Amino acid sequence: MKLLFEKSVPGRRCTMLPECDVPVVTPSEHHTRNIELRLPELAETDIARHYSALERRAHGVNNGFYPLGSCTMKYNPRINEAVASLPGFSQIHPLQPDNTAQGSLEVMYLANQYLGELTGMDEMSFQPAAGAHGELTCIMLFKRYHEAMGHTERKKIIIPDSAHGTNPATAVMCGMKVINIPSGEDGCVDLDKLRSVVGEDTAGLMLTNPNTLGIFEKDILEITKIVHDAGGLVFYDGANLNPIMGVIRPGDMGFDCVHLNLHKTFSTPHGGGGPGSGAIGCKKFLTPYLPKPRIKEKDGIYSRDFHGPQSIGKVKSFYGNFLITLRALTYVVTLGREGITQSAKNAVLNANYMMKRLGECYEIINKGICMHEFVITMEKEAKEYGVTAMDIAKALIDRGIHPPTMYFPLIVQEALMVEPTETEGKETLDEAADILIEIYKKGIAHPEEIHGLPKTTPIGRPDELKAARHPILRYVRE
Amino acid sequence: MGDYLPSTKEQQQEMLEAIGLKSLEDLYAYIPKDLILKDGPNIPDGKSEIEVRRMMTEMASKNKVFSSIFRGAGAYHHYIPAEVSAVVSKETFVTSYTPYQPEMSQGILQSIFEYQTMICELTGMDVSNASVYDGANAAAEAVAMCKDRKRTKTLVSGASNPDVIDAIKTYCWAADTEMEMIPVKDGVTDLDVLKEKMDSSVASVYIAYPNYFGILEDAQKIGEIAHEGGAKYIMGVNPIASAIIKTAGECGADIAVGEGQPLGMGMGYGGPYLGFMASTTAMLRKLPGRIAGETTDDEGRRAFVLTLQAREQHIRREKASSNVCSNQALCAMTAAVYMATMGPEGMKQVATQSTSKAHYLASKLDKIGFKRVHQGEFFHEFVTSCPGDCQEILRYLEDHGVLGGLPVEEGILWCTTEMNTKADMDHLVALIGEVCQS
Amino acid sequence: MNNPEHLKYSKSHEWVEFLDETTARVGITDFAQNSLGGLVFVNLPEEEDDITAGESLGDVESVKAVSDIISPISGKVAKINEDLLDEPEKINEDPYGAWFVEVSEISEIDELLDAKEYEAFCKEEE
Repeated sequence: MKLLFEKSVPGRRCTMLPECDVPVVTPSEHHTRNIELRLPELAETDIARHYSALERRAHGVNNGFYPLGSCTMKYNPRINEAVASLPGFSQIHPLQPDNTAQGSLEVMYLANQYLGELTGMDEMSFQPAAGAHGELTCIMLFKRYHEAMGHTERKKIIIPDSAHGTNPATAVMCGMKVINIPSGEDGCVDLDKLRSVVGEDTAGLMLTNPNTLGIFEKDILEITKIVHDAGGLVFYDGANLNPIMGVIRPGDMGFDCVHLNLHKTFSTPHGGGGPGSGAIGCKKFLTPYLPKPRIKEKDGIYSRDFHGPQSIGKVKSFYGNFLITLRALTYVVTLGREGITQSAKNAVLNANYMMKRLGECYEIINKGICMHEFVITMEKEAKEYGVTAMDIAKALIDRGIHPPTMYFPLIVQEALMVEPTETEGKETLDEAADILIEIYKKGIAHPEEIHGLPKTTPIGRPDELKAARHPILRYVRE
Repeated sequence: MGDYLPSTKEQQQEMLEAIGLKSLEDLYAYIPKDLILKDGPNIPDGKSEIEVRRMMTEMASKNKVFSSIFRGAGAYHHYIPAEVSAVVSKETFVTSYTPYQPEMSQGILQSIFEYQTMICELTGMDVSNASVYDGANAAAEAVAMCKDRKRTKTLVSGASNPDVIDAIKTYCWAADTEMEMIPVKDGVTDLDVLKEKMDSSVASVYIAYPNYFGILEDAQKIGEIAHEGGAKYIMGVNPIASAIIKTAGECGADIAVGEGQPLGMGMGYGGPYLGFMASTTAMLRKLPGRIAGETTDDEGRRAFVLTLQAREQHIRREKASSNVCSNQALCAMTAAVYMATMGPEGMKQVATQSTSKAHYLASKLDKIGFKRVHQGEFFHEFVTSCPGDCQEILRYLEDHGVLGGLPVEEGILWCTTEMNTKADMDHLVALIGEVCQS
Repeated sequence: MNNPEHLKYSKSHEWVEFLDETTARVGITDFAQNSLGGLVFVNLPEEEDDITAGESLGDVESVKAVSDIISPISGKVAKINEDLLDEPEKINEDPYGAWFVEVSEISEIDELLDAKEYEAFCKEEE
């Protein structure tokens, strides 16, 4: 498909601005741009059709089943979008005086209360813009805390080998050394290993529970105790909160701070890779270190509090992705106490049902009940028949289903990680299971037929080697 | 109570039976009992959509929507073409995830590729990433890109946006690297101090162009100083201004970053916005975050993929130089649709009108005693003195539906865009006249 | 597999070519490039850097993986092969021609295998 630049016709344009109603001023020669501004020149029709064509070449939750493990691709309610587009929210300048922004401040105040309750934390901050950003902010809190306690030698962060890559990358950005610990045979934290690595240099542990295999770490109280006894802190990676929201709280498991992916658990849209929100929460003893400003309430009046001598400072402009926080609040308000809990339970139910159905032919890593997701391994099939996790994934595309997460977690060979979410009905799960089983059987019987898929998409498998060896990262006019 | 669960109670029961369980609670049977909330979370009961809409609309009404805005300082009130809002509300774009499966994500990938190209054209740089969180975060990531084993310190101009300074400060503290401020002299970076501070430990120099006070620094000269000292040069640029003022590329920047909000994003009480990052080819391997690239498929057709992934955290883990994962994809698309809709001429018009109006307003304010406090050439923001009671003036303006400039140390920081008509500006000046006389 | 007789090999699949007693070139073996697949980038140390036997001297990237190059010797980096930065495919095409670094002032050498021993070692690895 042609690029916008290739559709450009010199002189074509959309008319947006009136004539300038004041004397025209241009920059002095010293400051004037001397290179041509080569943006596309298009009519509105061209642009409208271009993006409609691009939309047809993409796949969202509203196009079909999207069981992408660890990403919680649940339905994004329309009311969230409707609320976010209210002018009273969308047209507010972030530096308006507090008396003219009481609505926005109330949104953050309520979101703080509700999400604090759901996580068992004392205070939230909505400044981090995405999950990785939230992780970073939490580990900064750890660092500041240890500094304040005079323990600058606490520079090691313990991370299980099943963790998301953002965890170790985050720790290093905070000047920490990463201690990877291998998982036990059951895929959970090996308590003896953990005991052997904690000590006076431990800053903390980063953990997600349920973990990336979809297994709940049932020794969690012992895990957090081991780290606390050694003087370390424990961070909850909220990527997998969905199956336990309203049922179990990270705060009750002994975690000291959490980050949430509001774009996963709290139904805000993913937007093709963002904007998300990586809201964080922490226990009271960490609140002095939270980013500035914090939101305060007194006699029904809300304000931004910039005072905070021990705060880590800012990690982003203003107060984070406010309109995302707003969507998440709308979701929580809609579901309420009962709806939140029911959603979590149905996420677990759907995953277990699908796991049960796929267990008919696929080898599944999880033994017993899984949480919101489960992991398939194609290791045996890859060796015996040459049918890989990638082959199954690509075959699904031809059937209108977005593939599960491939090749993660890294501790499982030929992994496919399936997370159906609660917003899919039984028929969808049955249909997807039927298709997955059919693909499996066909693939094993005729491996050569599955390698060349998908066939129905605008492109076949792209040459990623060529893309990386000699990168073309922008259009250059010939 | 609202929820989004399609399965009926009967279907839930069928599924439970299929997995050999009786109730939903059995799904949590192996989890220590003490951990399970007996009465559920302590939040209000759910609501119907009508109730939710009422509640949220009422909350929105507690915010004041100003009809006339003269405040910028990092968030700018520009016109958003109807086409932009329509395109970025398309449900597939809104509800898709990161384009991990290129065969079914060509639309998203191509839009990123087009965005990257536009950012390069706008900034005069060689390569761009797919975006980061916002301008402050882009600046902090750029500073991190420039560190090497020998040089780690960064010098940041005091004439930068305070949030940018704060974010860089936080990131540097976390990474155990040094950051020093270059003081401001007459509204611009003090070049004498900059020269003094340049030594073999300096990895990067950051300035904003136009700077926080709206002034156009001698950006080329600062680049020369940075490079003579062996440091990398990072410029924070305003994407609208870049349409008519010297590009970061022309000024010799190694990295150009900035806040992309003016490119079609509403003010939204601070976000979501867009951090753009572009660099020279030499620094490409250090650019954080996602990057889309062009290649071909198995039949030789044009295809787009996320490329150079081995730089990123999901592969490099603790060896990655950044943890960035999500970008601001939909905001990047917003910027691309905005730039396509405005086109080169429209972009130049927005920039020219913004600066023209600022000059008009400055001259009008000057006549009523609000004098500019700095000498230098400015773009669409400027600082004036405030001969009256600043808070009283701003409150009076508020009461008349006008958001005045931002109070700063030396007076008031004003901003205009193409949205401010001559009549609005005359009205603003008249209102100030009223309050100052009374 | 064709592993040249005049080279020495490490168990982490690097080769060493001694130019004289204190100078050598280091690259990765045919077995290594083959199991890594198409390489897209190489991160090399800087000239004058000290490198230590048993520690990483840089890494190679394939499309979806990154692997350390473990130095089999200690010494100082005298030269780096800048051609590889532009054409990483040379490592796949000619692994024994595509040297990564030239090391001088060699002070320590890890236990190395000769071509025959290395071939046997690779068979076990498979």
